[in-house]
Amino acid sequence: MTASTPEAAGGGAAVSTHLLRMRGISKSFLGVRVLHGVDLDLRAGEVHALVGENGAGKSTLMKILAGVHQADSGTVELDGAAVAFEHPLQAQQARVSTVFQEFNLLPDRTVAENVFLGREPRTRGMVDARRMNADTAQLLADLGLTWLTPQAPVRSLSVAGQQIVEIVKALSYDARIISMDEPTAALADEEVDLLYRLIARLRERGVAILYVSHRLKEIFDLCDRVTVLKDGALVDTVDTATLRPDELVRMMVGRPISSFFPDKLPGTAPGDVRLRVTGGGNDQLDGIDLEVRAGEITCLAGLQGSGRTEIAHALFGIARFTRGTVQVDGRTVRLRSPRQAVRTGLALVTEDRKAEGLALNQSVAANARLVLDAVDPRRAAARARRIPGLLSSLDLVARGPDQEVRFLSGGNQQKVVLAKWLATEPSVIVLDEPTRGIDVGAKHRVYTLMRELAADGVAILMVSSELPEVIGMADRVIVLRDGRIAGELPGGTTEEAVMALATGQVPGGPMS
Amino acid sequence: MSTTVDTATAMPSRRRRLGTTELVYMALLGVVVIGAVIVAISGGNLLSTANTVEMLSRSSLLGFVALGQTFVILCRSLDLSVGYVMALSSLIGATTMAGDPARIPLGIAAVVLVAGGIGLANGLIIAVLKVNPFITTLGMGLIIKGYLDTRYKGPAGAVPEAFRQFGYTRIGFVPLSAAVMLLAMAVGIAYLRTSRTGYHMYAVGGSEDVARLSGIRTGRVMITAHVLCSIAAGVAGLLIAARFGTGSALVYSSGYELDSIAAVVLGGTFLMGGRGGVAGTLAGVLILAELDTVFNVLQVDPFFKEVLRGVVIIAAVAIYARRQVERRATRARFGGDGDDGGTGPGRAPDRPPDSTAGGADGDQVVAGHGGDR
Repeated sequence: MTASTPEAAGGGAAVSTHLLRMRGISKSFLGVRVLHGVDLDLRAGEVHALVGENGAGKSTLMKILAGVHQADSGTVELDGAAVAFEHPLQAQQARVSTVFQEFNLLPDRTVAENVFLGREPRTRGMVDARRMNADTAQLLADLGLTWLTPQAPVRSLSVAGQQIVEIVKALSYDARIISMDEPTAALADEEVDLLYRLIARLRERGVAILYVSHRLKEIFDLCDRVTVLKDGALVDTVDTATLRPDELVRMMVGRPISSFFPDKLPGTAPGDVRLRVTGGGNDQLDGIDLEVRAGEITCLAGLQGSGRTEIAHALFGIARFTRGTVQVDGRTVRLRSPRQAVRTGLALVTEDRKAEGLALNQSVAANARLVLDAVDPRRAAARARRIPGLLSSLDLVARGPDQEVRFLSGGNQQKVVLAKWLATEPSVIVLDEPTRGIDVGAKHRVYTLMRELAADGVAILMVSSELPEVIGMADRVIVLRDGRIAGELPGGTTEEAVMALATGQVPGGPMS
Repeated sequence: MSTTVDTATAMPSRRRRLGTTELVYMALLGVVVIGAVIVAISGGNLLSTANTVEMLSRSSLLGFVALGQTFVILCRSLDLSVGYVMALSSLIGATTMAGDPARIPLGIAAVVLVAGGIGLANGLIIAVLKVNPFITTLGMGLIIKGYLDTRYKGPAGAVPEAFRQFGYTRIGFVPLSAAVMLLAMAVGIAYLRTSRTGYHMYAVGGSEDVARLSGIRTGRVMITAHVLCSIAAGVAGLLIAARFGTGSALVYSSGYELDSIAAVVLGGTFLMGGRGGVAGTLAGVLILAELDTVFNVLQVDPFFKEVLRGVVIIAAVAIYARRQVERRATRARFGGDGDDGGTGPGRAPDRPPDSTAGGADGDQVVAGHGGDR
């Protein structure tokens, strides 16, 4: 595929070079700048990758284009005319569609009903289901998707099928621009091929595609150009034809590793194996072998959907292992529920603090006691005496123990979650994205806490999607890819090495 | 096992599962057959004209209420005020008609107007003020109850003989009221299947966000559903007036709000909205009416009767919930579960899986392991 003259691909329809021109887009949330002065151009018939680390501002930029967020400053021009979308529907009507990671579909309705939702065709005042199905069948046939039936309920489709329904829905608005947020994150390999073919067809029709992905292989397979963001700013936009994968990785991560991460405390040394998984697997994971030692920080790294959180959940008995064995302190255990996991000496700081970590409308004190009260009520009172000390040692800023946690900042909420788990005196603590969405000061406190715990001989398993954090904190990095362990790296490894394993891409070498 | 992607993704499911509505009608058939056998053993005939007429006239009252309730439940709302709307409507109908056949249309219009107004108020409070539907309609019910208790100390009004036919006339073995109810059900089915608003009720109940992002004015849909629900309850009130010959405030203590919700849920409409329909509700109503008839013929203790009804409703919903869990789409990346012979390349499962994960039997593409069966 020659990307040099993408204008020609649109069948000569698009004369202007740029379908979309975003200039100087800035956006702040609660005083934190997430985008500053970003430019982005899309040409008709091109697939344009948008890449960057987590927190680089990709999603925000995409949501501004989709009308979900409004830019604080900067301009958006569509076909030379300035536009400002206040609502996703306006963007859709301007033929700019977005396929988000969470599907916007009604699982109980059919493909056709979803595609034409809100615009059902009518004859004589009545919804014309036949026409709706026929129109959907036509849209599907145009894309070569004749195997998908308009009458099938969306629930019965695979994830790829649902993704396709989203894309078809976008096309039914005659979309000129479709942005896709990590479209392959939830797809199996064969399904990815399907998406590739669909994207190729869209490109032939002159649709511009903004493709957000972490997977380097896809970017080089699919995309004509790539725009790299870092820390909310534009790094560069380059043709993929003239770019090497390792160069792209460097553009994405190339930042000086700061001394932001505290050093190991003196006397910290790896001790006995606290947690050992042998051949663990379930329908998301396979062949998981890992050891976590006392006093050691082991990191699980990998792309979105690679199985990091799934391992944490399996260990904690949420979506448990159906194969393999788990040993805690040398004893084989069957972890069938979170309750059992807690009693075995495990703790899990979940990824989604608000939904899974806290009872938001309860007090700091009540939240901090939650696990103690639930799992071992008789000793809870005695063990809860530690909690005030724990909270103050974590530098919690709150009006008092009676304050409802929903009024705390993200960082302070996270400290309450940590105190809740530390109160159980776990021997193995699993931290799933422990610093997500918290401010720098709180991050630093979490890191020093991890060092302190390690010095006390607690075994720490950290799941993180932020590579600097992985590099800066881990004694060992286990990299996952597609539900399997792709490899293990020692502490102090490079972000490039982790990315290479996570994406299946040998740095500088030929593409697999 | 080298299926191509297209076919693998295309197959919605290898075995076509029975739809919930079909299941409900099979359950209805089952209730009739089992009921008939039990009644026959005790020397009666469930399918006799008298018993059939009784069953159908029982069903008509609940049918109207449940029909309206279906709309609001589909929108992920519910209406606890229907019993009070029925009572109020019977009184308004009877007092407006005041025994004069010429005033029948006026009485019907008054009921539709008042009931529709109550529905409008419910809908507005829920859609605009964002008050929880449970609280809204509970409060509305209490307001109506207060009005009824202070204003009417007993039966009031008189229904002209002509209108009483609505309560008593039969066409063959089908009571007129049941025929009207069945007609209303048919209209309800058509409404959900052919009107945009009907389509949008499913959308609002399925996910209000998705509906709104698709350009649906969700508030209007919610209000429409509540207006229809209250009017349906108003019609049920008129039917009561026709049967009693007068309006009665005491109808509200008959528990129609909960019975109607039970009938809707029994009919396979998801209490959390977005799935189901009027056809199922009709079956739900008929099942409850047939059960009552059987209990009556057998002269079952009234308290025990309630117990049995409760058991039937819970059992039915438990079955739906179970189907729900099985159908939930999970994407299995590794197909080893439930597949005792197969081994993944390189690593064998240590023990047979103890879960019944949907990986092997369902509609999922099994990735990663090819050709090792």
